[in-house]
Amino acid sequence: MSTTEVTPVGPHTNGHAGPVINDFSIQVATINGSGSQTANNVLMRSLFQMGIPVSGKNLFPSNIAGLPTWFTIRASQHGYIGRKKEIDFCVAMNPETAQEDAAKLDAGAAIVYDEPLKLNATRSDLHFYPVPFDKLVGPVCPEAKLRKLVRNMIYDGVVGHLLGIDFEEIRKALYKQFGPKKVKAAELNWNAVLAGREYAEKNLTKTDPFQVQRTDKTAGKIIIDGNAACALGCMFAGVTVVTWYPITPSSSLVESLIGYLKRFRIDKETGRATYAVVQAEDEIASIGMVIGAGWAGARSMTATAGPGISLMSEFIGLGYYTEVPAVIFDVQRVGPSTGLPTRTMQGDILINALCSHGDTRHPMLFPSSPEECFTLSGAAFDLAEFAQTPVFVMSDLDLGMNNWMAEAFPYPEQAIPRGKVLSAADLDRLGGFARYRDVDGDGIGYRTLPGTDHPSAAYFSRGSGHNDKAQYSEREDDYVKNVDRLSRKFETIRKHLPAPDIQSNDTASIGIICCGTSRYGAEEARDQLKNEYGIEASYYRTLAYPFHPSIHDFIERHSRIYVVDQNRDGQLLALMRLEFPVDEIAKLRSVRYYGGMPIDARTITDDILRQEGI
Amino acid sequence: MSTTVTPPPKKVNRLGLEVLSYKGGKTTLCAGCGHNSISERIIECFYEMGVKPTQVAKFSGIGCSSKSPAYFLNMAHGFNSVHGRAPAVSTGAMLANKNLVGIVVSGDGDTVSIGLGQFMHMLRRNVPLTYIIEDNGVYGLTKGQFSATADLGAKLKTGVINDLPAIDVCLAAIELGATLVARSFSGDKRQLQAILKTCIAHNGLSIVDIVSPCVTFNDHEGSTKSYSYMKEHEEPVHEIDFVPFFEDISVEIEEGTTQEVTMHDGSILRLKKLGREYDPTDKMGALRIIHEAHSTGDVLTGILYVDSHKENFLDMLHVVDQPLATLPDTMTRPPREALNQIMEELR
Repeated sequence: MSTTEVTPVGPHTNGHAGPVINDFSIQVATINGSGSQTANNVLMRSLFQMGIPVSGKNLFPSNIAGLPTWFTIRASQHGYIGRKKEIDFCVAMNPETAQEDAAKLDAGAAIVYDEPLKLNATRSDLHFYPVPFDKLVGPVCPEAKLRKLVRNMIYDGVVGHLLGIDFEEIRKALYKQFGPKKVKAAELNWNAVLAGREYAEKNLTKTDPFQVQRTDKTAGKIIIDGNAACALGCMFAGVTVVTWYPITPSSSLVESLIGYLKRFRIDKETGRATYAVVQAEDEIASIGMVIGAGWAGARSMTATAGPGISLMSEFIGLGYYTEVPAVIFDVQRVGPSTGLPTRTMQGDILINALCSHGDTRHPMLFPSSPEECFTLSGAAFDLAEFAQTPVFVMSDLDLGMNNWMAEAFPYPEQAIPRGKVLSAADLDRLGGFARYRDVDGDGIGYRTLPGTDHPSAAYFSRGSGHNDKAQYSEREDDYVKNVDRLSRKFETIRKHLPAPDIQSNDTASIGIICCGTSRYGAEEARDQLKNEYGIEASYYRTLAYPFHPSIHDFIERHSRIYVVDQNRDGQLLALMRLEFPVDEIAKLRSVRYYGGMPIDARTITDDILRQEGI
Repeated sequence: MSTTVTPPPKKVNRLGLEVLSYKGGKTTLCAGCGHNSISERIIECFYEMGVKPTQVAKFSGIGCSSKSPAYFLNMAHGFNSVHGRAPAVSTGAMLANKNLVGIVVSGDGDTVSIGLGQFMHMLRRNVPLTYIIEDNGVYGLTKGQFSATADLGAKLKTGVINDLPAIDVCLAAIELGATLVARSFSGDKRQLQAILKTCIAHNGLSIVDIVSPCVTFNDHEGSTKSYSYMKEHEEPVHEIDFVPFFEDISVEIEEGTTQEVTMHDGSILRLKKLGREYDPTDKMGALRIIHEAHSTGDVLTGILYVDSHKENFLDMLHVVDQPLATLPDTMTRPPREALNQIMEELR
């Protein structure tokens, strides 16, 4: 049975008896490049400033200007910030999509639209709010060429009035958005907001039930996108070499990082940079530089997306086999090939786990929120240097490019751990070293950095077969010994990864396993199953690969496990199948969504119900 | 009279190191391979220049040439990376530690075929490195296929004729921003030494294309990269004297026939002209004589182009003097107040 079947109801009730407070989604349909992003961010931020938990999702085309784009804001007094499938309040600004935008709405939804579009003629079960945007924009914006941009600000005034948003918060959000250097532009836009409000006050009668009310659920919180959060994580982890090649949706990660580094990582005494950032000619060069820098001792990183990973794979194998620290941010988008560059997916789980030819395994960290983007970025550098190997941070477009409400980030208290690096003094004491010898039994050897002033410091790194002294070897026993040690190292890594997020329920017979941004849909689905169907489900979110040993216990304690994947082939599930015992694999079931939008709770709930035979 | 014989004092360089400290592992290349002579020259140059071997970092891609960093300077860290990608790896390492003395050994297949893209961008950046191309016109390790530097009409042992034009790495290097560009021949010991010493002193990217015959696959009649072809067609454009900054020797200068170039570290490059009106600091002139030599089948050798003033990539990035790799936490992690300030801005 599907839970999305809705019995049509009259427009004035929307199935609710009274007003719907702080619990709705707004979708704004505009044209790419029309300045709507500012209007949308101001709207989102003003709700946030009123203490209402919000999330914003930008659905945009792979294009600079002229194609349709949709921005969705969800306000949720329960704190749900995943995508909501149903739209409650629509702002239709794009004539090309307006008919379809209106047609997609459930009965009872509200729609603000450009008056000439006459959407009220298309159906009768919505709350219609026509606004003559072109007439309103003229008086507030005498300069004709700016009108396209200012026009969108008018809907902030209209929507603000209809929902009851505090206009002082809109004003604050707007001036914050423009910053102290663009006060004039802010004034122009503020006048547009006021014009919208004035029109709505005089001409529109509110008939829909959606309202906002000031609350205190966002106190102390911040709004940030995942890419900027990763950037901050890198800066506070002490990153020193950053090399990159622009690719959607990862570019803004490095661009944010550059902005922060310029502000906070210039040596006060000399005025010089304590970092180097290089935009490389392609992803092969960017990962090559990262590996070279990591080999020479820098905390080095790159950020990319699927197509970049495909290009980098030979170097990632080199990093694995020569054992060089490297951090690779993969802000995943829809593949294969160019795919849908501006849509989200968890499509690189398998390729990254096993990236490059031969037997390779790579650790991955799965952030699900800006806080985790910050902390796991730091953890990735620590792990890369601890284990001397490339580490992936698996973000995605939804997390990376959308604005999220988040807790303020914790300052890293521990000194930066640099792993097993021998100094000249260590070599004096030891008399020498063998680069790939497993002295500590954890599979991780000791390394020296180029430039270490000691006659025994040097070793020769090579992607060809080598013995524990880093000498060229094609001997069977040397090869086997070396790759077995690398397996041992992978087991050591398993013990040093962030712990999973487990919410177990003793009476539950089913469990949900997920990673990254699937959490929002999965957590809400768990509540839906319980509140709407009385079905208890336990929850396990892995923050890393290799999997934590506790995952076996979790599977053991439940009859059926639903593994949530945002890809067609169930890649997280496939990774579990690769290494879990047969009796555990038999319990695993797949819940998948791969349409390019962030996965929503209803999709998960419905699929679990279907598979449960309900 | 004493009967004990005092052994002659060991020959050491200005650091007090013997040449032994600059040796590498035993070569596994073919006997007579030009690459082995080049390794010998590298050893001599670093020894004679008195460069601390532990300060050197060696890089290579894949191929016969790329094996050779294992055959010199055992006391230097080395990285034999992936095919055609030594430019990226070496650039990354230099970003991490600007105090390293970087040397890359590549081949014609590694640089000019698979690695051409990376090579071009390294040229643009003028990364301070010595980049050697051991150029024999063939892929040795896969048994003798043509590379992109093989001359049009050159013939393989099997009779296969190369029907595509060669890419001239020196032309590309001059055009795209390398600040020292030279060509030499593995058999020309004296010239190669002088060139390599100049490269080590140069504060920018040096490209040295060294014709280095492949004795197994490309040293026969019909090859334009053979010992016999080079002996007939090598045409040095000048005699080179390199005077390191620390040497206090005066050399007679013949008025009008010798040009001096002062290197960044104070060393002096002296180029004695051999019948050509040629100034290696003139970019257009350098491009012209290389093109002229193509039409006559000559192989011009010597320092073809030098610019000792251009800023290198690491200077452009304006990084602190200490190696980035080993900066203390206090320099790489902003203070707590910085995070507080950023959080406040995001509220």
